[in-house]
Amino acid sequence: MSTEPKSAGCLGVAMKRKEDPRFIQGKGHYVDDISMPGMLFLSLVRSPYPHAEIKSIDISEAMQVPGVKAVITGKDLEAAGLGWLPTFHGLDKQMVLAIGKVLFQYQEVAAVFAETRAAAVDGAEAVQVDYAPLPVVADPFTAKTDEVILRPDRENKTNHIYHWEVGDKDKTATALANSPKRIKERIWFQRCHPAPLEPCGCVAHFDSMGRLQFYVTSQAPHVYRTALAIVTGIPEDKIHVVSPDLGGGFGNKVPVYPGYVCAIVGALKIGRPVKWIETRTENLTSTGFARDYHMDVEIGATADGRLTALHVATTADHGAFDAAADPTKYPAGMFGVVTGSYDFPVAHAEVDAYFTNKAPGGIAYRCSFRVTEASYAIERAMDILADELAIDPVELRRKNFVRKEQFPYPSVLGFTYDSGDYQKTLDVTLEKIGYQALLKEQVEKRARGELMGIGFSTFTEVVGAGPSKHFDILGIKMFDSAEIRIHPTGSGIVRTGTKSQGQGHETTWAQIVGEELGLDPQNIMVEEGDTDTAPYGLGTYASRSTPVAGAAIAMAARRVREKARKVAAHMLEVGEADVEWKDYKFQVKGVPAKSVTMKEVAFAAYTNMAQNEPGLEASYYYDPPNMTFPSGAYVAVVDIDRETGEVKVRRFLAVDDCGTIINPLVVEGQIHGGLTEGFAIAFMQEIQYDKEGNNLNTNFTDYLIPTSLETPAWETGKTVTPSPHHPIGAKGVGESPNVGSPAAFVNAVIDALSPLGVRHIDMPITRDKVWRAIRQAEVLTT
Amino acid sequence: MIPAAFTYLRAHTSDEAFAHLQQYGAEARVLAGGQSLIPAMRFRLARPAVLVDINASSDLNVLRVNGNALAVGAIARDSDIERAPWITDRRWSLIRDVSRVVADPVVRQMGTVVGSLCHNDPAGDWTAASLAARAEVTVRGKDGARDVKIDDFLVDSFTTAVGEGEMALGVHFPVADDRTAGAYQKVERKVGDFATAAAAVQLSLNADGTIREAGVALSAAGPCAVRVDEAEQMLRGQRPSAELIRAAGDAASRRSAPQADLRGSVEYKKNLAGVLVVRALRQALSRLGVQA
Ligand SMILES: Cc1cc2nc3c(=O)[nH]c(=O)nc-3n(C[C@H](O)[C@H](O)[C@H](O)COP(=O)(O)OP(=O)(O)OC[C@H]3O[C@@H](n4cnc5c(N)ncnc54)[C@H](O)[C@@H]3O)c2cc1C
Repeated sequence: MSTEPKSAGCLGVAMKRKEDPRFIQGKGHYVDDISMPGMLFLSLVRSPYPHAEIKSIDISEAMQVPGVKAVITGKDLEAAGLGWLPTFHGLDKQMVLAIGKVLFQYQEVAAVFAETRAAAVDGAEAVQVDYAPLPVVADPFTAKTDEVILRPDRENKTNHIYHWEVGDKDKTATALANSPKRIKERIWFQRCHPAPLEPCGCVAHFDSMGRLQFYVTSQAPHVYRTALAIVTGIPEDKIHVVSPDLGGGFGNKVPVYPGYVCAIVGALKIGRPVKWIETRTENLTSTGFARDYHMDVEIGATADGRLTALHVATTADHGAFDAAADPTKYPAGMFGVVTGSYDFPVAHAEVDAYFTNKAPGGIAYRCSFRVTEASYAIERAMDILADELAIDPVELRRKNFVRKEQFPYPSVLGFTYDSGDYQKTLDVTLEKIGYQALLKEQVEKRARGELMGIGFSTFTEVVGAGPSKHFDILGIKMFDSAEIRIHPTGSGIVRTGTKSQGQGHETTWAQIVGEELGLDPQNIMVEEGDTDTAPYGLGTYASRSTPVAGAAIAMAARRVREKARKVAAHMLEVGEADVEWKDYKFQVKGVPAKSVTMKEVAFAAYTNMAQNEPGLEASYYYDPPNMTFPSGAYVAVVDIDRETGEVKVRRFLAVDDCGTIINPLVVEGQIHGGLTEGFAIAFMQEIQYDKEGNNLNTNFTDYLIPTSLETPAWETGKTVTPSPHHPIGAKGVGESPNVGSPAAFVNAVIDALSPLGVRHIDMPITRDKVWRAIRQAEVLTT
Repeated sequence: MIPAAFTYLRAHTSDEAFAHLQQYGAEARVLAGGQSLIPAMRFRLARPAVLVDINASSDLNVLRVNGNALAVGAIARDSDIERAPWITDRRWSLIRDVSRVVADPVVRQMGTVVGSLCHNDPAGDWTAASLAARAEVTVRGKDGARDVKIDDFLVDSFTTAVGEGEMALGVHFPVADDRTAGAYQKVERKVGDFATAAAAVQLSLNADGTIREAGVALSAAGPCAVRVDEAEQMLRGQRPSAELIRAAGDAASRRSAPQADLRGSVEYKKNLAGVLVVRALRQALSRLGVQA
């Protein structure tokens, strides 16, 4: 009966990305490609001041600009009950358009609607705002003094947003005090921004049924629908959110921005569709940034390098509003993963967050979850400790790794690491990079006064939020979902609650279905981002798609398979119990010659289903039992030019363990992208504010995006330690390289400079900083 | 990123362009490659009422060695220079170096040498190179065309000798003899970035190996590109040596008067000026077969 038995699986196959021809040929369909008859354009008036009282807003001149239809201000929105938006974790609220005063430079102050984009910009320029500047708080340490209270709208008249801590404070203090060796360093992870190539934007339209059609750059379209229903009072069934192709997200497209709300209000008020597309400057200055964590890290150890205790006290700069998207119970995200890959007997981590006159956010680059900050802190501090103990940083790590047999490993700060084999991953790295030869070369170079450095980062990630007992956004538990329909001819469609922004879901989701059902992934279509058709899910960020939605797809496919088994039994003329799924087809137990393929079963499900319910489809909502814990061992090799401070990254090797690999090509692509981001953060990127609170990085001349010409050639490798609790053992990889690489770069630079007595330099490691460090050492020795 | 409204005029000859400029005076701006002007307009930092586009003025599309000068017309692109057949001759090594590091490959497809000189960015690359190579710019005014020495052409940041209603027609680089070579050394944060610091050097040797003529200039070292006279005087007539080169570098460091900005501090940039002049001199000499 069987004609084309499928013997090879789909997992681990480097299938080319199905979405690429569309993107490469410029045929992607983005929000800005949407055009509707009668569509108006929105442009926002933004504050030139970081902190100022708004004395008055005069819109009369703007209304005279040809083409301008309407101007709205914070007062108008307040009157409509839309003055403020709740932030995602519900712990703060955020102005849509400034009310009474502005709290950061480039804050949204008024919205201008016009017939053309140019007229909207002309109109915005003509709005006259009278500001009275107020004293500026440009850093969290000034904020701490509470001399200027930034948010009198809040109940507590303080700039202090929250104190969060985890671990045993007293035991940690005692253990540190009793440790023969101790290091302490303030490590700052600078404010940076993911700067997706496509900035944020939307088109809002109320259709003839009075239904809101909302096309938007969103990584979490369902959450947007619910948030909009809650904020605007529009019934949720009257809201249709569509997130079309996205030109990158990186967490920047998680929040609901004031421009979106203004576009909806304008569309409702004027009765015409409204488009809002940010400029690059608006994106860099007002949307979700990342980091800005000042971490005081203290480690204790025995003289021979056994870790005794860890304490981290963080001062966090959250900007004008606490607009991160942390799960309600985790204001500092998963910062508790700061013990990293190491078996600390005791630890204590605390975070104090403050308001400042800077853009709100703290959300991008898995920033709400604070894993990158934590990884950087521990990986940097381990090198400082190794330096203090005068032992090889590789040996220090090896000595203190959580051992393979300790998994599932309960960390002292409350996580249960699912699986890992840190020794093995590190061994692969050392072997591939040729560590011994490099060390030898370094000794020779040092003797000649040349600066060469080798830097490691052996990080552990925590991804896949998350189990419903711990994780929610706006109260909604962080499950995800999948719905699969198999068509009569054996092709199909899978829809999920996630939304690819470049991660390759159209390919990997099809491979999971192909693997579970023995069908050709080329003929499994993937659709995401449309709230009318996709099942409810929490979206794509925090490397959660594969751990959560990927699991939902596997489980939904298994449901399809169970249904198919009944049809197969009918076709094979045996009882259901006698049918087994083997070699990607159904066969009569012990009689391989008697088998049917899924393709044949699919046809029968619509044509010859006997007593069975017709059709072949299923859905699954997956509540993950635990997080997944990808890990990696990275190494950077750098050479430094003494005269110019230039750092050349000669080699960079990333060996990742992300569990089962669905598509090695996609994983490799994710790693290359993330390493390039990590490289940029380590050496180039900082959203810098001057003391007066002015943003100094408002475009790509001042906020640098590396090109292929300066990016190092990446080398990669892998070990595979499947997740024991995920249906296919996959862990997620999107963010690992961004989390793991900054410390490797910095550790390599500091290793190169260590003969000069340099112990730490904060990122971004510019040539100027390196040159100064060298210069200072030279001055000291002469 | 939408410019304020403007009138667009396309000139098919330089005469036509000049007539428009005379008519609109201070309201008009020449549009060459647009790589500096268009971004400034999109940020609304520049708001010309009239744009005179010279890209169709084919009489300005000049790039040739003309007797004793290399003539670069107002719409010759950086990429034309980069790919010119004669560019590999070591006499043009300074210009060749610049043509490969100015901006990025995409910008070089449109950007022009003359536009860059007229823009006169303090951190521009062609300005410093033109000083070292002792170029002259041909400016057309009411009284006809005049040749202006590059030192007089570069007046101040974003200001040149091109007056209201005038335009630059081209720039001329003198053709040096066979014992001439140059080099351009630039430190940039990434490809497509303006210089954190840069040094342009051109040297001509006498038959006895002494230096006959030296051009040394810096970019990003003041309000506009600067000539390091002290270094040039030091080098002239001397036999190249490590000490001489170091002394020229020190002079460059002293002469450099940069601004602190996101690219680096004053001390760092002054240090770079010296380091880069030393490296450029060494490279130019090595192109002449001299190790020093
Ligand atoms: C991303 C990027 C990176 C860059 N990096 C660098 C760099 O590293 N180094 C560097 O030197 N430059 C850099 N530039 C600038 C680039 O080289 C420009 O091309 C150049 O400065 C101006 O040349 P243009 O032909 O584009 O002139 P335009 O932008 O067309 O004009 C510039 C100015 O000169 C005036 N002008 C032009 N031609 C004439 C004329 N014939 N007569 C009178 N006035 C005229 C215009 O009116 C305008 O004011 C960069 C530009 C970009 C966009």
